Amino acid sequence: MEILLVVAPLAVPALGALAYAAAGWRRSTAGVAAVSAVLSLLAAAVLAGEVVTHGPLVVGALLRADAVSAFMLVVITAVAVLVAIATPAHLAAELAAGRIGSRTATWHAVLVQAFLAAMALAVLAADLGVLWVAVEATTIVTAFLVGQRRTRAAVEAAWKYVVICSAGIALALLGIVVLNHASARSGTGAGLDWAALAGASAHLDPGVTRIAIVLLVVGFGAKAGLAPLHAWLPDAHSQAPAPVSALMSGVLLSVAFYAVLRIKVISDGVLGPGFARALLLAAALASLLVAASLLIAQRDYKRMLAYSSIEHMGLLALGAAVGGPLATAAVLLHVLGHGLAKTVLFLGAGRVLQTTGTSRIAEVSGLAARQPVLAGSIGLGVLALVGLPPFSLFASELGIARAGFGSGIGWAMAVALLLVVVIGAALVNHTSRMLLGPPREAPGAAPVPRPLPRTTAVALVTGLLACVALGLSTGPLADLLGAAAEILSGAP
Amino acid sequence: MHGIEMLNLAAGGLLLTAVLVLWRRELTVIVRVFGLQGVALSALVAALAWDESSAELAMVAVGFLVLRGAVLPWLLRRALAGAGPVQRETRPVINVATSLLAAAALTLLALAVSRPLVDLAPTPASRAVPIAIAVVLIGFLVLVTRRHAVSQLVGFLLMDNGITAVGFLTTSGIGLVVEIGVALDVLLVVLVLQVLTGRMREAFGDTDLDELRELHD
Repeated sequence: MEILLVVAPLAVPALGALAYAAAGWRRSTAGVAAVSAVLSLLAAAVLAGEVVTHGPLVVGALLRADAVSAFMLVVITAVAVLVAIATPAHLAAELAAGRIGSRTATWHAVLVQAFLAAMALAVLAADLGVLWVAVEATTIVTAFLVGQRRTRAAVEAAWKYVVICSAGIALALLGIVVLNHASARSGTGAGLDWAALAGASAHLDPGVTRIAIVLLVVGFGAKAGLAPLHAWLPDAHSQAPAPVSALMSGVLLSVAFYAVLRIKVISDGVLGPGFARALLLAAALASLLVAASLLIAQRDYKRMLAYSSIEHMGLLALGAAVGGPLATAAVLLHVLGHGLAKTVLFLGAGRVLQTTGTSRIAEVSGLAARQPVLAGSIGLGVLALVGLPPFSLFASELGIARAGFGSGIGWAMAVALLLVVVIGAALVNHTSRMLLGPPREAPGAAPVPRPLPRTTAVALVTGLLACVALGLSTGPLADLLGAAAEILSGAP
Repeated sequence: MHGIEMLNLAAGGLLLTAVLVLWRRELTVIVRVFGLQGVALSALVAALAWDESSAELAMVAVGFLVLRGAVLPWLLRRALAGAGPVQRETRPVINVATSLLAAAALTLLALAVSRPLVDLAPTPASRAVPIAIAVVLIGFLVLVTRRHAVSQLVGFLLMDNGITAVGFLTTSGIGLVVEIGVALDVLLVVLVLQVLTGRMREAFGDTDLDELRELHD
């Protein structure tokens, strides 16, 4: 039973991938992804209940589910449900427009399921090495999804994505090798099992561990889109098809950041909290600065959303730098809120791209008059992203800021807050230009506004409602968040 | 101490081949040198296997000889085969003389930063760790300063060879499951990038990454 609970979130999408590989993408199989996502979400919810009441579940030497893993699984599967609801309409429109063939649609379905399985493996891994293999596997399966459209820009984005992420993650592998050296000489037999490593921290050599931590944070930080190795992100996220952008921005970045959170526990145990804090603060402020400076004059709305993801990863790093149970719980809540809001926005942006044929902000105007539901969802989604109440991002940003001002790094919080305000203003300004204003009179054939597919509307509204509900109360998630934050802040 | 001599020779081979990749500009030569580095890495693991009389390590050495000495270079040659007459790294971001100076500086840097690693367990094997770290850094240098798709790919693989060498020189690898996972991932990355070079050729008619200029802010 326990084994089944832990393996289900991993096995269900893996079976989904096999089903699509065997049967292909067609009208009758379009629902498989949704079934797979809902089943995984249920499995994650049951697992979460189990670990909160009975503590971590261990399967063999390689898999372990504790509150943090269960929470990340909830994030992954919740976003996967929204994406699965919206994907059939997206692919149908792409097929109808002749931008992709049925073979590509099948590949898309197979790779997305494999992608979900790889992310589930990453958060369930008990061993840093397995975690690394899973994170690198996400790069491999998403490479073709990014390059799916085969245009010059798409191929370029895929190349940069694979090269920068693989090189970044190679640094993390070096970090793992170095940490393994420290672990082997500590005489504790901890190996690379992160829970054992956290317990054995008194025996690890600080000099060697310091090298390992720097490499690990920079390496997984690259995959999480943190500066300085963020250059791939705007390209990949803007070129990938909308459902894939949603998964990459909404959850993949957070899964990579989850690795950083786990590493921080080890670092705090061996080197004290100051070392990881300094690294994370530098990455956080650099990421916020990059996002702010490139958002002000942004002309492409998908790239705008991608830079906003860099901003939010910066905020996560900031919260992690603050540390402690309160800030960590806020960071985890922010992961979920950002995942939901960003998914709504990328799905919406994908629909805008399909109906207008352009990703330039200036060429989309008066969306509110033509497509009120779509425009409303995008507008509300951006307000959620900016951190306005009642959306959950308000609560989590407030939590991070309060903990930060109380922990002696007020100067960094002040700088970060200023940058967040600048970013918020830029986002609202760009979005209002798209939504408001007179409907654009396209020269020649004016695109006839097609009605928003009902499934897409359901995904957008559900995502926003979930974000609001979380903002009002974390409800049944509160215990899970508390337990996870305790594990990540190194409390016994 | 036959094993240790062979170990030092193999480690020297790793560094020498990395420097040769920086020095030469013909892509076919670069790929051949990369294959030689795979052989050197395999010899290094074989020396460790000899030293510890470990059958498992000996099998790993054979695996490396196949994967890194033969399969990966073969895949790279295939990526080159379709590339047409342009077989040279035409304009590296920094020229060859400067690259070699940078490699010397990186080797010194590797010696400095890996001191704690050597001090932790001063065995003959871990004394060679700085060399492996230098190979990682030189691989990174190739990756960021070369403009041809295949050269960048070789840079990434040099990094990977160096990291693997660090792993075997410090401890006997990082566990079989992870080791196999890593090897599989590297193989798949190379396959993905090989397919992408093919698509690049379709889209740009070339694999010179100078053409990658569409996306920017």
